[in-house]
Amino acid sequence: MKKNRFLIALFALMLLVLSACGNSDTKDAAAKEKKPAPKPAPTEMILATTTSTQDSGLLDVLVPMFEKENNVKVKTIAVGTGQALEMGTKGEADVLLVHAPASEKAVVDAGDAINYKRVMYNDFILVGPKDNPAGVSGNDIKAAFKALADTKSTFVSRGDDSGTHKKELGIWTADNIQPAGDWYVSTGQGMGQTLQVAAEKKGYVLTDRATWLAQEKNLDTLKIVVEGGNDLMNIYHVMQVNPEKHDKINSKDAEKFVNFMVDSKTQDVIENFGKKEYGQSLFFKYTE
Amino acid sequence: MELLIDGLKKAIEMIFSGDREVFAITWLTLKVCLISILISTLIGLPLGILLGLTRFKGRRLFLLFINIGMGLPPVVAGLWITMLLWRSGPLGDLTLLYSPTAIVMAQILVSLPIVTSLTCTAFQQISDKMLLQIKALGATKIQTLVILIKQLKIAIFAAVMAGFGRVIAEVGAAMMVGGNIQGDTRILTTTIVMEVSKGNFDIALALSFILLSVALLITAVLTFLQQRKRIS
Repeated sequence: MKKNRFLIALFALMLLVLSACGNSDTKDAAAKEKKPAPKPAPTEMILATTTSTQDSGLLDVLVPMFEKENNVKVKTIAVGTGQALEMGTKGEADVLLVHAPASEKAVVDAGDAINYKRVMYNDFILVGPKDNPAGVSGNDIKAAFKALADTKSTFVSRGDDSGTHKKELGIWTADNIQPAGDWYVSTGQGMGQTLQVAAEKKGYVLTDRATWLAQEKNLDTLKIVVEGGNDLMNIYHVMQVNPEKHDKINSKDAEKFVNFMVDSKTQDVIENFGKKEYGQSLFFKYTE
Repeated sequence: MELLIDGLKKAIEMIFSGDREVFAITWLTLKVCLISILISTLIGLPLGILLGLTRFKGRRLFLLFINIGMGLPPVVAGLWITMLLWRSGPLGDLTLLYSPTAIVMAQILVSLPIVTSLTCTAFQQISDKMLLQIKALGATKIQTLVILIKQLKIAIFAAVMAGFGRVIAEVGAAMMVGGNIQGDTRILTTTIVMEVSKGNFDIALALSFILLSVALLITAVLTFLQQRKRIS
């Protein structure tokens, strides 16, 4: 009887101790150093960005840099570009870092985003099965897409309104093709998962180079078939959510973030990112 | 097969290397899940007992909603809570979106109906004869309650374990309302999804072993407590 009570008491105590420990525990575990003098509490800022930017690992380097310099706690929400822009339009984020210039233009024109600055670029590539049944190659992506549609080769699309998806749709539109049929597979998921589906189905897929480099080791049925060419440029912009259209926007820190992204020191960090691991830059400087 | 062994090796590596981030993620998972199930139990048990033992107008309808709640898809719970906690939402001023509190809210929403309904079922099945007998022996209401809880200890623990199983498995809602923010709202399940999408299957597997171990440990304690014979 006593042992029973003791165990229950221990369990209850464990629960109490856990609930009594505030969020400070996780923050301490994540913080790299303790400041000697008491700082004012950090302000919070919501950064809406895309899954490919997050998955590349670039933000894991840039965000802590920004947080330390400015005493801000950045909440990085990685979603599809469509959702990120929508969050901006609704005022649910303070600053956006996305890569779909055509859609961004609409948001800027509507006055929902301000302080629109170009930050960096990398490129998209077309990867496909190693035996390349459709025989596409070179750097003309429009011709390649046309060949894929003509041969009805399996093509795997993001289908999630992301920057990559919008780029892909833009190419189909330029070719005057409406992709549909069994050969056109839409996953509705992130780049990593979409690549895995393409590897399994031995299909063609448009991807950004950064995600490809990071995942290449798991995708042994695929290889790069088309790359280069201006049509495949993937341009990233940063912008503030217009504070005049919504309450609760943290425009002070958002403005600092925009300035941070185009600052030459940050730009150098961006261009050096990934050089050690992959022997090449994953992103290139591209301010105006 | 080698992937499994790699994952297991990586899990052991991660635990013993004292990887701070893995520790932080596991700790947060424990906190969030235990707090949710604690609150769900504190509310759900009395509610379930009430529903099981008393009869009032509209009781069946109320029970119907609780039972429907048991099958509430967590992503739906996540969506509703997101809309509640948005800046433009009714509780926007509390800035709870993308915080562990939001995850706790979503988890309570999906586990509370389970605890309540299973408790109600247990208490509703008590035969009237037994209730009469206890009353005849002169027990007060409180004493009756204590006796019944002791009798139904096994079912009550089962209800809590079912609720716990629900919250430890939570991923969709946690992703949506938590945002999977590093150092803030990243829990084991959301990290596993993220690592899979990055193609890091070994890390994902390792984390899944850690998650399973955590679930195993807590369920083992609960099962042990449930199955102990009373020495009387």
